Amino acid sequence: MLGIAACGGYVPRLRLARRAIVEANAWFNPGLRSHAAGERAICNWDEDALTMAVEAARDCLSCGGLPEVDTLFLASTTLPFLERHNAGVVRAALALPEHMMTLDITASQRAGTSALIAALQARRGRPGAAMVVAAEQRRAKAASAQELSYGDAAAALVVAETSAPIAEFLGAHQVAVDFVDHYRGQHESFDYQWEERWIRDEGYLKIVPSALRGLAAATGIDAAKFGRLVIPTGRSAAQAIAKAVGAPPQSVCDDLAQGVGDSGAAHPLVMLAHALEQARPGEIIVVVGWGQGCDAIAFRAGAAATRRRAAGGIGQSIARGVADSNYMRYLAFNRLLVQEQGMRAEADRQTALSAFYRHRDMVTALVGGRCTRCGTPQFPATGVCVNPECRARGEQEPYRFADLLAHVQSWTADNLTYCPDPPQYFGMVVFEGGGRMMVDFADVDRETIATGAPVRMVFRVKERDLRRGFVKYFWKAVPGRAPAEENGGDRD
Amino acid sequence: MATGIRDKVAVLGMGCSRFGERWDKDAEDLMLEAFDECLVDAGIETSHIDAAWFATAMDEVNVGKSAMPLAMALRLPLIPVTRVENLCASGTEAFRGAVYAVASGAADIVLALGVEKLKDTGYGGLPQRARGVTNALFIPNLSAPGCFAQLASAYAARHRVAPADLKRAMAQISVKSHDNALENPRAHLRRKIDIDAVLRAPIVAEPLGLYDCCGVSDGAAAAIVTTPELARSLGKTDLVSVKALQIAVSNGQEAGHNSWDGSYVLTTRRAAERAYAEAGIRKPEAEISMLECHDCFSITELVTLEDLGLSPDGKAWRDVLDGRYNADGAQPCQIDGGLKCFGHPIGASGLRMLYEMYNQLLGRAGKRQLASPRLGLTHNLGGFPYQNISSVCVVGMLA
Repeated sequence: MLGIAACGGYVPRLRLARRAIVEANAWFNPGLRSHAAGERAICNWDEDALTMAVEAARDCLSCGGLPEVDTLFLASTTLPFLERHNAGVVRAALALPEHMMTLDITASQRAGTSALIAALQARRGRPGAAMVVAAEQRRAKAASAQELSYGDAAAALVVAETSAPIAEFLGAHQVAVDFVDHYRGQHESFDYQWEERWIRDEGYLKIVPSALRGLAAATGIDAAKFGRLVIPTGRSAAQAIAKAVGAPPQSVCDDLAQGVGDSGAAHPLVMLAHALEQARPGEIIVVVGWGQGCDAIAFRAGAAATRRRAAGGIGQSIARGVADSNYMRYLAFNRLLVQEQGMRAEADRQTALSAFYRHRDMVTALVGGRCTRCGTPQFPATGVCVNPECRARGEQEPYRFADLLAHVQSWTADNLTYCPDPPQYFGMVVFEGGGRMMVDFADVDRETIATGAPVRMVFRVKERDLRRGFVKYFWKAVPGRAPAEENGGDRD
Repeated sequence: MATGIRDKVAVLGMGCSRFGERWDKDAEDLMLEAFDECLVDAGIETSHIDAAWFATAMDEVNVGKSAMPLAMALRLPLIPVTRVENLCASGTEAFRGAVYAVASGAADIVLALGVEKLKDTGYGGLPQRARGVTNALFIPNLSAPGCFAQLASAYAARHRVAPADLKRAMAQISVKSHDNALENPRAHLRRKIDIDAVLRAPIVAEPLGLYDCCGVSDGAAAAIVTTPELARSLGKTDLVSVKALQIAVSNGQEAGHNSWDGSYVLTTRRAAERAYAEAGIRKPEAEISMLECHDCFSITELVTLEDLGLSPDGKAWRDVLDGRYNADGAQPCQIDGGLKCFGHPIGASGLRMLYEMYNQLLGRAGKRQLASPRLGLTHNLGGFPYQNISSVCVVGMLA
């Protein structure tokens, strides 16, 4: 049975209070005051669409027992590289095989749903599995409506022919219309928007219903049977669309506007992952993707739909948010502010790409070595075993540390070194099962760091070479146990 | 079978520039300042020098690479000159090269000179340095205080010392060095401070505050060494000789193997063991009269006192608070103010430590003079606690 075999998600930890944005900008645009409710998810300085994609994919894969993933689609309009295969970075970070299909799908807010449809259609009747990851970190000008409504998030789905999918694929319908509600030119940093009322009346309320009618025709399912309707157009438009096609008003899913914000191409899949975590067996779930046309996809929740899909899941990721009211810091993180960063920030951050290639598994997949003679895990892998009692030569096999738990042996908060969000927390972490590394911490503060504290590894931006437009990624330690363990029922 | 370095090499002369923010001086001026004093002390001419070893660490802001800057600054007579660099332990490394050259019989009179011109970066603290293209891919975004600060968290955890008690002992280390530097006209930082000032200072890297960190200085120091026989033939009677000179370099074990708990410096322990064996020292806590250790940060000095076997493990913080290492204590430490207050021009520091031990042994230390010291120890550390170069040198009067 073709369908969704697993799903997961990632919402960055920081939640910027919209009130903070409004208070800073209402002097210029008092109209912003009517959008001060709730909070939006924002990336930390060391997160972007790629790091969120990796974490969402890890969350999705953590449920285990999946067919082998041989295809990876990455959907986003905010990928860090215009040229450098972004999906290839995600593949490498997940330590998936090199011999597989990887593809970036971009340039429309429909990228996420279109990637999902393409993956489903390509998978029909074939063994193995395809992973669809959608992630978005949307930039917006200060004091814009988009700054308030956008949010950063990612979702990942594995689609496969499986005996017990969490959602069975029923069919899809796609409409392509060059309706330019907003666009972003090749050399532009920000979207250019047209009037909201026109977008609603001529766009949402005409194009989406026509796509849903097409879906009903393709699947033979009447809209009145829709159990959960995922429409990423905002709540009032979604209700109007549901009414227009005859779907039950209560089927319209939470658009996560209050706690996350609109995560663009990722949003339909973020909302879908959220809906799947709550779906009852047999429910019809319909997902709409919007952007120069419309995608509509229908699923039927499987018997497994009420089970937990992934170790963390989008719901847990949403629940882990930490309130933030520092608007200036948000501006600095997003390079929306000309900020004095000190002379230490001037250090050249060029990456030697040949050295990076030699060490790509170490850097991107956090692969070290394990001595086959004495069994000692070590990072980095070297020609001579680090164990003083062994010193075997050339005996190390690849050993991935990314999914291992660790604890803090020593730490500091460094105010001298340049860090976009000082102080820089770093320290020695010791892995369960052996091995250690001196490593940067992320998402940490004075309250959550301590000698002996448990940490796990996450994929993050190590530094940005702004002079050359390169982003250097590596792994960092974050406080807490693995989400899988936190699911054990005894959450702290 | 190696017989060690003990008493094979004598110090013929030493010199040291004033340390500090020498805005009006180039590195070359500082080299000459130290060298001229050294030459007069040795009682020789430049033309008598057979070979030289040159220490400088930060070529990014300094004199650049190679041994040529020394040869050119001093107009050395086309002799062999070698540049050495072992991070902050570079000065002792230059001294080792000179001492080994004499001991081998390859040269009669050899110069070791270290210099660092740090105050041309435009900002405080040590300069940013390149770490290599591969290291840059994965090593943390760290600074020296950040790395050394972690000794404190690991030490407190291992020995179950309350952070406040440890912080107070660290403060006393800095207070003591500031007291000592008051009597040193060449020191960079000459100002009395008290424990409260240290505790109140802004944090650089938790738990190290501003006064837990040593000065970043410009300066140079030099030594001329020869054989005891040649020294006597040049008219010297009171001779300071090298009793031991050991260096231990990390092989990655601390950074990569779980046998190290982060609360001590492994290489210092190895270098000290070997140095004591070489010098014939059995009870360092009783036999060492005085020491200059690598107090780049207060916690480094505290941990080093245990690594050198002078305080029992877990007890140095109490010994510090009890005054054992004060100028009037049982084992005066940093009698010249140390890196903390004399200053830390990297390439010069190992030789600066020897300069103080040499002057103390010869009774020339002025107001800082200790009563009849017998053996002086220098400890010069390069790198970070988790991977470093540690050197231990013992000097004393030649019988």
